[in-house]
Amino acid sequence: MKRIYLDHSATTPVDPQVAELMMTYFTEYYGNPSSVHYFGRQVRKALDNAREQVASLIGANPKEITFTSGGTEADNLAIQGAARARLKKGNHLITSAIEHHAVLDTFKYLKNNGYEITILPVDEEGLIRLEDVRDAIRPETILISIMHANNEVGAIQPVEEVGKIAREKGILFHVDAVQSLGKLDIDVNKMNVDLLTISSHKIYGPKGVGALYIRNGVRISPLVFGGSQERKIRSGTENAPGIIGFGKACELAGQRMHEENKELVRMRDKLLNGILNSIEDVKVNGPRGDKRLANNVNISIQFIEGESLLLSLDMIGIAGSSGSACTSGSLDPSHVLLAMGLTHEVAHGSLRLSLGRQNTDEEIDFVLQELPKIVQRLRDMSPLYHAANS
Amino acid sequence: MYSEKVIDHFTNPRNVGEIENADGIGQVGNAKCGDIMRISLVVEEDVIKDIKFKTFGCGAAVATSSMVTEMVKGKTLDEALQVTNAAVAEALDGLPETKLHCSNLAADAVHAAIKDYMEKKTKI
Repeated sequence: MKRIYLDHSATTPVDPQVAELMMTYFTEYYGNPSSVHYFGRQVRKALDNAREQVASLIGANPKEITFTSGGTEADNLAIQGAARARLKKGNHLITSAIEHHAVLDTFKYLKNNGYEITILPVDEEGLIRLEDVRDAIRPETILISIMHANNEVGAIQPVEEVGKIAREKGILFHVDAVQSLGKLDIDVNKMNVDLLTISSHKIYGPKGVGALYIRNGVRISPLVFGGSQERKIRSGTENAPGIIGFGKACELAGQRMHEENKELVRMRDKLLNGILNSIEDVKVNGPRGDKRLANNVNISIQFIEGESLLLSLDMIGIAGSSGSACTSGSLDPSHVLLAMGLTHEVAHGSLRLSLGRQNTDEEIDFVLQELPKIVQRLRDMSPLYHAANS
Repeated sequence: MYSEKVIDHFTNPRNVGEIENADGIGQVGNAKCGDIMRISLVVEEDVIKDIKFKTFGCGAAVATSSMVTEMVKGKTLDEALQVTNAAVAEALDGLPETKLHCSNLAADAVHAAIKDYMEKKTKI
């Protein structure tokens, strides 16, 4: 069976050039980068190069890059680190309802530890409103954290404008850019960002590596103690092969991003329009056009449940994702879709198909050929469909 | 995550549909929680002669619905009432822990259909 991978927002395959480079640093250049001898110096040099490659993709200075174990750790480091370091200035933090759990759960943790938090609502497209940001700011506000692009519905947030507001008020601004890195132009200076989270495995790099951009002069408290690596902000021997792979992935993303995006938009629209033309009662979740990530399709197919849809797709070789509760282990469906005002019934039937650089027109045609059959089969089994059509 | 039996019943569900003029109809669950199961059955001389289901839910919900219809078809009402959600899960070679509380409602749906039948019968 031919397998079609349409879950690139979850993770991407490692680019062969990245994997080849990394292998060298597992077996040939294996020194500890903190060692002064030849073995260590070779790795240190490669790490410095990776830091430059990562910094270059987001318009930062290499000294402003701190490597982490991934996006989740970078989000935690940014938010907890800023909250602790700025406690004397205030204890109020602002985020949005559609953030990744790495952000939302960190906010909840801080709330349980004496901080005050405001969670901004979103509109029906999954976009925050600038007036809500302004209204939420208090004298004791110390941090605003807003994601660049949403991982489920691809909604691109007005981070540049939020950054301006934060800058005017002297509030730190953190952006979770895990989903937008390599898909959207990121310039930390233009975006008025103080802290920015990125991750390697979303851009054809290895898993288990990420980075936090920390603007020069911004002080945050570390989460991990015990070494002097990463300027004491993130102690622990660096994951050298991973970081070097991340650097290479950033270099490749910078070279390919704009061309790839054109192709992704074309295939995304072909997929979305094809679904809308062949299946009734389908709702598009998230914005259309330029306010949406190039590779993201998110729909709710009414009267059926997301996990059943995913299982059925998987049985014919198509890998996607769902905001269904049954895929998360909780009783509630996606917090993002609920925040956008979807009912539980509609949110349960959501399907995310996220495209990547390997996908082909032939694969999209196959999905468009098979999806309507699966939907009809599940609807024939659904009491909700029966009730709506009787 | 799912046993082969669950996948089999999900892929080839038995007794899908709705019986017209059914003797008893039972529906459990709600869309907010995630799963809805609707069972319709025909009873002759206290024996379940025919049974069909419709389910809005995940793979486990479909599989448990399908399995329970097989388990109670041909059984007396008393025997069918003895079938539990746990027995349905066991017949499917188990379900993931997270599915037990939300998707394994199939026996409840059968019991609700039998209750509906009994109430209608009493009214007659």
